[in-house]
Amino acid sequence: MEIAAKTQLEGINSKALAKGRRKEGRLFFNLALPSLIIIMIVVFIPVFWLSSLSFFDRAGDLSWVNYDRIFQGQLYIKTFIVTLKISFIVLFFCILLGYPLCYWLSQLPDRIAGILIVFVLLPFWTSVLVRTYAWLVILQRNGIINDTLISIGWIDEPLQLAHNLTGTVIGMVHILLPFFILPLFASMRSIDTNFIRAAISLGSTPRGAFWRIFFIMSLPGFFAGTVLVFILALGTYVTPALLGGGKIQMLAQRIDSTIMLYSNWGAASALGVVLLILAFATIWVFNRAFGIDKLFMR
Amino acid sequence: MAAIEMVGKRKNNNLWLGVVGACVLFFLTLPTLIVIPMSFSGASYLEFPPESWSFRWYESYFGSSEWMKATRTSLLVAFLTTIIATPLGFLAAYGLTFTSARVRNASQLLVVVPILVPVILIAIGVFHLYAKLGLNYTITGLVIAHTALAVPFVIITVLAGLKNYDFNQELAARSLGASRPRALLTITLPQVKFSIQTGALLAFITSLDEVVVSMFVSGGENATITRRMFNSLRDQLDPTISAISTCLIFVSISALVTVYIFNRNQKNKEQL
Repeated sequence: MEIAAKTQLEGINSKALAKGRRKEGRLFFNLALPSLIIIMIVVFIPVFWLSSLSFFDRAGDLSWVNYDRIFQGQLYIKTFIVTLKISFIVLFFCILLGYPLCYWLSQLPDRIAGILIVFVLLPFWTSVLVRTYAWLVILQRNGIINDTLISIGWIDEPLQLAHNLTGTVIGMVHILLPFFILPLFASMRSIDTNFIRAAISLGSTPRGAFWRIFFIMSLPGFFAGTVLVFILALGTYVTPALLGGGKIQMLAQRIDSTIMLYSNWGAASALGVVLLILAFATIWVFNRAFGIDKLFMR
Repeated sequence: MAAIEMVGKRKNNNLWLGVVGACVLFFLTLPTLIVIPMSFSGASYLEFPPESWSFRWYESYFGSSEWMKATRTSLLVAFLTTIIATPLGFLAAYGLTFTSARVRNASQLLVVVPILVPVILIAIGVFHLYAKLGLNYTITGLVIAHTALAVPFVIITVLAGLKNYDFNQELAARSLGASRPRALLTITLPQVKFSIQTGALLAFITSLDEVVVSMFVSGGENATITRRMFNSLRDQLDPTISAISTCLIFVSISALVTVYIFNRNQKNKEQL
């Protein structure tokens, strides 16, 4: 029916209609303007302004001095390394935990999977602060894990689980895992299982069918989840600030302390620009490969 | 025989997979819920399981004028953010479905940026912008900032809802004499109601739970609850936080349950 309508349009006065549609498109774009303007004011203008500070020295002249400083300062280099290291570790665990879960959910009947996905959505909808607090309670020196392990005699001394890298990673994986699971699950659900049956009936082993058919077809969701987790990990502020116990300084906190403690806006801004470049380079690479619209699968 | 073996093996694999999957679900859900029993503890320090039970931490929360003031600020800001971001986001999503694919994709890109840009940069930038405009520590400033952070969630949710909607219905209404706004309000709106409600709830939760921008932009009389919680958590583990957390968890669960009820009603209607 659609095709018939289309030929009809082209038949009578397609040019005028196309022009009308374009005009209508422009008109309707105006409806999106209030939202876009408020995003401009709160996100784009402040972030651009902040980034521009990095190109000026303290006297207000154009210079690279801020970038020289952050790439020579041991402290800043260390921050970059720690940030990237934590982001990759967190991403690794999100894949390790998220992929089997999604695969399992995608094999279950729709009704059961629909109920179980609530356990992914609940933490997703719960405050990051509340979840970080919960982990502080669980991981601290006399927290639940240490108490349990000591009472069953596995350890004598409490383990140092919070206020260090371990705590930060556990907290971040917990917070970012839903961002990996939700796009991947949506992607896996849309896979037609007949392809796998066909592969097996044509002589493939179940394992071969999984890797060569199912895994490949789940890649769009897999990469969307990967990009989300990695980018959000790079910019994380709350979790390392609370679970890192001051020992873990990721980029976001370094930017904060550079301004709030040392009021060095130039250096903070340069760190911010590097953070933005890292984030957008990640998106750009994946967008080139898979298309940004995959990020819209929720 | 081989076939039977293979089926047996698959069952084993599925069992193993189910165990792993269930563990991951526990990992996602249980830690948060542990806060709830702790909030009813009678001890003055955190212990699990609590040896005695009491409401003392709720008394300490509801009895503190500072915490109450922060709670009121957060709820007011979240409410205002929701009633501004929801119509704005709906209009944007509705408008974008009629634009050309190029404009739509470019706009969608602009819309996801607030979700992807590290929030610390937004917070510092807005703090500086507001310093010039005199909006720091005001409800107005907080609502504007939170609206920008919440509106992308509304747009994404409503766009997804509109994807499944057949716009010919609106055309039919208009061909029968309804004006465009009337067709939108009486035909389209009721049918995408579910996605708008979900978007509104997401906007509310986004504002209520937002930490980093609130850390910078709110303060003084208008400090949000998240700002106070963050500062309190950085200094010591005050068990009052467990009572506040339980309340916040309750809000999240209610929001999620509401979405499910909407969803079920929607599905029932479709079946009829």
